[in-house]
Amino acid sequence: MSEVMGVINLAEPMDNMQYLTEHRPLGAVPFGGRYRLVDFTLSNMINAGIQNVGIFVQDRYRALMDHLGSGKDWGLDRLRDGLFILPPDGHHHSLNPGDIELLHRHLDYFEKSRQDTVVMTGTSMICNLDFKEVLAYHKEKDAEITIVYKTGVPGPYEGLCTLLDLTSDQRVTGIEVDPVIPRSRNLSMQMYIMDKGLLMELLDQSVSRGETDWVKDCLNRNLGQLRVFGYPFKGYLGKIASLQSYYRTTMELLHPTISRELFFHAGLIYTKVKNEPPTKYHESANVKTSLIANGCVVEGTVENSVLFRGVKVGKGAHVKNSVLMQRSIIGENCQFEHVILDKDVLVSSGKHLMGAPEYPLVIRKKTVLS
Amino acid sequence: MPKKECVAMILAGGQGSRLSVLTKRVAKPAVPFGGKYRIIDFALSNCTNSGIDTVGVLTQYQPLALNAYIGIGSSWDLDRRSGGVSILPPFVRARGGEWYKGTANAVYQNIDFIETYKPEYVLILSGDHIYKMDYAKMLDFHKEHQASATIGVIEVPWDEASRFGIMNVDEDHLITAFEEKPPKPKSNLASMGIYIFNWPLLRDYLLDDENDSDSSNDFGKDVIPRMLSNGEPMVAYPFQGYWKDVGTLDSLWEANMDLLGDDPGLDLNDRRWRVYSVNPTQPPQFLAHSAEVHNSLINEGCIVYGQVERSVLFPGVRIGINSTILDSVIMPNVHIAENVTIRKAIIGNDTIISDGAVIGEATPSEQLTVVGEELIIPAHSKITGIYDGEAVT
Repeated sequence: MSEVMGVINLAEPMDNMQYLTEHRPLGAVPFGGRYRLVDFTLSNMINAGIQNVGIFVQDRYRALMDHLGSGKDWGLDRLRDGLFILPPDGHHHSLNPGDIELLHRHLDYFEKSRQDTVVMTGTSMICNLDFKEVLAYHKEKDAEITIVYKTGVPGPYEGLCTLLDLTSDQRVTGIEVDPVIPRSRNLSMQMYIMDKGLLMELLDQSVSRGETDWVKDCLNRNLGQLRVFGYPFKGYLGKIASLQSYYRTTMELLHPTISRELFFHAGLIYTKVKNEPPTKYHESANVKTSLIANGCVVEGTVENSVLFRGVKVGKGAHVKNSVLMQRSIIGENCQFEHVILDKDVLVSSGKHLMGAPEYPLVIRKKTVLS
Repeated sequence: MPKKECVAMILAGGQGSRLSVLTKRVAKPAVPFGGKYRIIDFALSNCTNSGIDTVGVLTQYQPLALNAYIGIGSSWDLDRRSGGVSILPPFVRARGGEWYKGTANAVYQNIDFIETYKPEYVLILSGDHIYKMDYAKMLDFHKEHQASATIGVIEVPWDEASRFGIMNVDEDHLITAFEEKPPKPKSNLASMGIYIFNWPLLRDYLLDDENDSDSSNDFGKDVIPRMLSNGEPMVAYPFQGYWKDVGTLDSLWEANMDLLGDDPGLDLNDRRWRVYSVNPTQPPQFLAHSAEVHNSLINEGCIVYGQVERSVLFPGVRIGINSTILDSVIMPNVHIAENVTIRKAIIGNDTIISDGAVIGEATPSEQLTVVGEELIIPAHSKITGIYDGEAVT
């Protein structure tokens, strides 16, 4: 797919993620023990042979830049093409810049890229998908725009969904964004394939008409004129729209069939390399049904949990149904249930922390509970 | 080329025949170690952590895996605009060429490489030792003592001293005698095979050594004794810490076991002294509901349904339900089916062990079992000793 360029749009809604998006865009939220959300869509692009990826960022993007670096860990440190991080240009053209304006500000990036086709995605849809198949479908349908969708919304309906109306021929006839009552079961995965020239033209039209939103304004207005098709994705989809769905999707990784598909199906998921040693289990360790990254030191009990790189669990501690992010340190005899610790949290001995299954307790990055 | 104060040369050409089935396809420095690393990672990481950014790796035997592994050195931060890592195999010159005859000859054949950087010092390292050492401190020691050469030494137990090259030193660390495997050692300071030389001096000695047809062209046997007998000031740099020559299967197994326990001899978790390596792309390890894991080191990509005690698992290892792994080292991508028992063994990479196989002695014993790489072990077979694919009982 050297004729295709990738665009990842990080200007995504993230109001429901509590502390997890306080310092970072949704795409930089840690996920699955060693990844950030952006790794999934980025790896899907790489695995399909896309070698030119532009990442459009809105604000709080330092964590993301740290993570991506030169793009080397995704094989994107290239002489030609490679990884481009495209921040806002500093001119606020309107009070409420939407994603159209963000994309429009970098029209020259599209212009100078030598690819003619664009795959555009967000980062909230967690899946291992083969874009080569989507592109083949796009050509077969002779579509102008192809939108990847999944039938059935994963988890309970939370209102934060873009839903598609489809004909039996998969033609998209209507789009609804965040309806309170869903009238369709076709969840848009916010992944689009289209001709680059068409995208540039649509962006220009929209901006000149004062429109701001890619889906609500631009796509919706053009549905009648353009051949827009839906590509039905059949694999596993995790959708991160809220803290609840983040937690639920993380816990789903503890099913080996799901994690095997997500981590291996169409290709591997790449992330920033860290030189952590293998994880060390002490004599007193007792670990069941858990995903554990490297560099952890486990002396206590861990059940139904996900441990990111470099986490330490002290003797006698009991961690259950929890997500412990990078370099958290859990003192002896702590008890955790339904807890999400952000990075670098230190909890001293004997603390009991408990959330609820549908409302996990989130501890902010770098918190010290002494 | 910009001048470099010190250039490191890592001797990585050894076949490591005592590692038997584990070095059939790779040179000893490329043998996997510690659940993640290859042996040469320790020397390379020490260089990077010591601020030495120009490293020659001298390869000869089965260099393919080692070359591919080192690549341009980016995993050790050794992809530099000037210096960095260079792989140095023997090559053919206008007047012919030859294999590396000995350690000194290997460096002799690369005099041109070293001269490119016009260094004051050359650090000679061996690619098959497990240790963490700050070479910058050793270099300071070398300068302080205004020595011609400094040799890294470590105290070994007296009853083992006759297995090593032993340095006799005076109170100022000045080496008075060097004895290779002395029956009655006068000191317990063993050479670690780590040398710093003043480069212009070493170059002269290497040229002389090459002209001496009686020489075996070896640092320990020829160059160092000659420097000593010529009265060059040579000092012994005492190293404190973990150091292990993993030249035999037993020592390789022991060094892996040394990583376990509550207070291991070698701390891999020290953030100030990272051991770098090439990181495979693997998801986090998964320990299932039936898993029982104690006192072990496990890497990413492993899937464990069985029991693992006092063992080291490399990436991508799978252990089926009701299988028991005790006191063992399981190399990358080994798949172990159900109801398998493995006791005190090293299993080579990509080997498949079928249901009900029993590997290793039935009772706890001293005897280590080693299974080669890329084998398929049939169901219910019993294997002890060194196994590389012959008929199974």
